[in-house]
Order: sequence, then C-alpha cells, then structure tokens
Amino acid sequence: MAKRIDVNDLNVYYSKFRAVEGVSINIEPKSVTAFIGPSGCGKSTFLRTLNRMHEVIPGGRVEGEVLLDGDDLYGPGVDPVTVRSQIGMVFQRPNPFPTMSIKDNVLAGVKLNGKKISKSDADALVEKSLRGANLWNEVKDRLDKPGSGLSGGQQQRLCIARTIAVKPDVILMDEPCSALDPISTLAIEDLINELKNDYTVVIVTHNMQQAARVSDKTAFFNIAGTGKPGRLIEYNDTAAIFSNPEQKATEDYVSGRFG
Amino acid sequence: MSAMTTSERSNTTTQPTPPSRKRNSLAKGKLPKWAIPAIAGGSIILGAAGSTLTGFHVASFAIYSAVIFLIAASVATTVVEGKRRGKNATWTYLIYASFILALIPLASVLYTVLEKGLPGMNMHFLFSSMNGVTGAVDNQTVENGTPVLGGAYHALMGTLLITLWATVISVPVGMLTAIYLVEYGKNGPLARAITFFVDVMTGIPSIVAGLFAAAFFGLILGPNSRMGIVAAVALSVLMIPTVVRSTEEMLKIVPNELREASYALGVRRWRTILKVVIPTAISGIASGVTLAIARVIGETAPILVTAGIASNINLNVFANWMSTLPTFIYYQIMTPTSPTNVDPSIQRAWAAALLLILMVMALNLAARLIAKLFAPKKGR
Repeated sequence: MAKRIDVNDLNVYYSKFRAVEGVSINIEPKSVTAFIGPSGCGKSTFLRTLNRMHEVIPGGRVEGEVLLDGDDLYGPGVDPVTVRSQIGMVFQRPNPFPTMSIKDNVLAGVKLNGKKISKSDADALVEKSLRGANLWNEVKDRLDKPGSGLSGGQQQRLCIARTIAVKPDVILMDEPCSALDPISTLAIEDLINELKNDYTVVIVTHNMQQAARVSDKTAFFNIAGTGKPGRLIEYNDTAAIFSNPEQKATEDYVSGRFG
Repeated sequence: MSAMTTSERSNTTTQPTPPSRKRNSLAKGKLPKWAIPAIAGGSIILGAAGSTLTGFHVASFAIYSAVIFLIAASVATTVVEGKRRGKNATWTYLIYASFILALIPLASVLYTVLEKGLPGMNMHFLFSSMNGVTGAVDNQTVENGTPVLGGAYHALMGTLLITLWATVISVPVGMLTAIYLVEYGKNGPLARAITFFVDVMTGIPSIVAGLFAAAFFGLILGPNSRMGIVAAVALSVLMIPTVVRSTEEMLKIVPNELREASYALGVRRWRTILKVVIPTAISGIASGVTLAIARVIGETAPILVTAGIASNINLNVFANWMSTLPTFIYYQIMTPTSPTNVDPSIQRAWAAALLLILMVMALNLAARLIAKLFAPKKGR
C-alpha cells in the first residue's frame, strides 16, 4: 500500500516567482518524514507539489520530477485527479464539509466521485476509517450529526478519517496541529505513529518537538532572504538533525538561535 | 445561587460604610432613569404647543417634538454625563429618527392598501376573471348596490405563470454564469467582459427589456406575437443580472479550503462544484433567487408591450394575450370598465394591489425560510 516518493531537482513557481529551488529528496515508504523551517521557506508549497495541489493556485507550476514508486506525477498524460486519489492531504485548518454529516464526511471521497457503495460496505468503511483516526468511540453515537459540531481536534481527526477512507498510498499533512490544543495535538501525534504502519506520512510542522517526537527523518528548509527561493538545507535521520546536524543553519534553527 | 448573591449584596449595603469614603473618582454623573422619558413627554407637549401656534398639523407637531426632544436630550446628557456620552446620545436619537422616517412610507403604503383593498378582497374576486364583466355590469352593480362582480383570477394566474417561466429561464442562465465567473473565469478577459455586461444589464430600464423581447419575437414570429412567454423573456432579461450577482457573491464566500479538501480527495472540479460548493452556498443562492423574483413580479411596462392585456383566463403562455396583476391594476385605474361608474374598477384595482403586496411579502418570507432550511446545520 505505502509507496516511496523520489523528488529530483524540483523547482516550484508562482507565476514568475520561484518559491522553491532545486529540491531533491527520497522519502521511504512506511515512514514519517517531517519538514521543518521558518515561515515562508516553501515547505508547505513543496508539500503541495507532492500531490499536485500546488497547481490549483492560479499561476502555480512546477519544473522537475516527482516519482511515486518510479512513476512521474508530472509526466505527460498524468491526470492530477488520479494522483490526488493516491496521495491524500490533511490541511492546516480542519475543514470538514459543513453540509454533510460525520458519516458523509468520511464517505466524501467515495460519494463525491459518484461511486456506488452498498450500505453495509459504507458502514464498514466508516467504522474502519474512524477507528483508524482514533475517533470512532467519540462519534459512533452521532454519525448522522453535522461534522461541524465536533471540536477542533475531533474535526481534524475527522479530516484524517476522510483522507484514509479513500485508501491512499501517501498522506501529506500541512501543519495538522497548529490550530489545536496540546491534548488534541497528542491525539493526532499518536495517530501519526499508528498511520506509519500502513502509509507513508509526510508532515509539515512549525513545532520542532513535534518533529522530534513523530518523525523518522527530518528535512530542514530555509530561505536566504525575502524574495529568494526556499531550499532544502539538510535531510537526515531525525535524531541526527536534532543532536548532530551537519549544517550550521540547521543547528542554529533547531537550537532556537534563529528565526 | 442567585439568592445567595442578593443576600450578600444586601449585607454589604447594610454594613456601615467607612466614614472617610470619598466619591468614586472613576464614576461620572448619570441621568436618572426617568429623565429621558420625561424629556420625551415634555417635548411632545412643547411640540403640540408650538404646532398650535402655527395652526395645528400632525406633520409640524411631529417635527417640532422630534427637534425639541433631540436638542433637549442631547443637552441634558452632555451636561450631566459628559461630552462623549452627549455626542453618543445625539447620534443615537438621530439614527432612531431616520429609522422612523424610513418606516413612515412603508407603514403608510401598507395602511392605504389594506384600507382600500380589503373591501374588494373576497373569494369571488380571487377566483373569477373579468370575462363578461362589462361597463353595463358595473353600472348595474352601482345602481342596485350589489357586490362588485369580476375578479383578478386571470391576472393572478398570469402573474404566477409569467414569473414562473421567467424564473425557469433566468435561474439556470444566471447560476451557470455565476459559476463560470467564480470557478472557471477567475479574472480572465472573458470573465471581466461578462461582469461588465451584467453590470450594464442591471441598469436596463424595464420598458427597454420589454421592447427588446417584443421586437425579438416580432422578428421571429411576425406581428401579433404577444403572449406570456415573450413577457417571461422580458422579465428574465431583468432577472438574470440579479441572479448572477447574488449567486456570484454566495459562491465567493464558500471557503477555498472546502474546494481544496475536495480536490485532495481526488474529486473532479465539476463534481466539487456540484456537490460541495453549491450545496454550501445553496441557502444564499435560493434566497437571492426568491428576492429576484420579488423584484420582477411587480413589473408593468414590459408586460404591457409583450403580453398585452386580457380579461379572460388564459393558462397557456405560448398563445394569446395574458394579464398580470400589475397590468390589471393599471387598466382598471386608467380605463375603468364603466367610464361613468368608476368605483367598482377602483375597488378591483386596490384589491389586486393588496394581492400583489401579499405575494411579494410571501416571497420575502419564503426567502428567509429557504435560507434557514438549507443553511448548513450546526447541531452537536
């Protein structure tokens, strides 16, 4: 199920502006990779290129290649919709669909695509996904209530359940805990640890303790200055990044002497 | 709990205050509660007195009282409570005054229409047409003092049918235009051109829209092309810009995050629009459409030049002339059925006016109901 991602010399643009420059990175399957770095260094932008969400923004385009188990996501004739159904994404702010119940939110990926699903299959999928997101026990009695009635942390886990319900190979998370309190954050972090048994997880975070807690490998991004493109400075095992970084900039950032 | 607090409070008040306690330096003067009503009462008396001096009239009485109250209340507040609160009072009462001023025409219209329209409003009026009701019939009604014959059923059905068809034409066109503008056109040259022309269309005088529809169908079908559907086209020319505008605004406020969430699940754009964006915005769109209907239902001129006028019931919008309530009112007032005894015609006109106002009110209420019904639920 889980697949590896290899990025070769990727440049990301917003119209004329080059936001990310020359990133090459290999992400192992069934691992958690954290992207850290100061605001505006392009880590979220880079994350969005991994499932072709970047091009949703007007003027967004990419040069270079992103390989999912050897298949180029940006190759000619590749449908971005296929890519996104294999590489799911969880956003910074919890965004359940306000018109749908908790159950329909989980089934959104299936139902919105107009696929027919029998009631028993649907119920099984809802339970499996919600259990996978550690939310089942909290919501099993109110599956028909609107998803917007849940707390922020529960909404975010609902969004994760919605993402795993479409059975992706890779899950991208863009600062999934930045809008949540410490207890909800802990719940999500526990969940990430479980998710890596089945999926490749890539997470962007501003919280270095979080990166240290959840990830196997960490990538540090930085920019030389405003208006300059962001670059990948260092990519290594998380332990190495935090205890023994090779680059001076990484050491300054993780020790808090920077930004 | 609250009982305890009250007892505590009463304890503190009964306790002797320290003798050296000085006046609270944070507090300012405050007008007693009765002051503002008292000033209002005084202003009304003074206003009445002032108005009597110049020959009593309700309007001068109201204006004098309001001006005296505004000045007295502001001055009193300024003197007792300070400058800032004085200004606050002035503006508060000014805004109340303008609110009342704005309500006067509405209340007056409602009162007049109810007063003059209610006598003619009955089952016979609602369920019969003007077919066979001639000047002679009206003359006899007046001579014998019998109830007025003839009703607005044909015009009521005409209004409903023509508005329905106008809605059927404008809602798809308007909604699809708005979807193009917000979801596909972004800010491209075509989208900007459409926005510009929609703005221009908003300003088209209704008679021009009517003439356009009449001329257009005249070209296709030749002379005598007056019928309900032509009127519906004329009305839809007036409705489309309103529908586009309101739908556009509603689609714009759907958070982009929802679209992205849907794309990230591997959902195609048209399905995202159809299943996520529109359901999220539907309550606003529906109430916008309802208000657009309310806006065109009272049009008179474009109906006259496109659907003509009829006194019999015609439920087919694709053939023959049709009446609507506004044209019915217009004709009853301008060319009374019996030129010598105009009272029955005038009564019918007012009853039709009341009916029209009731329909518009019902539409407005429906818009609120629809908005509430379709709004995303917030239950826990």
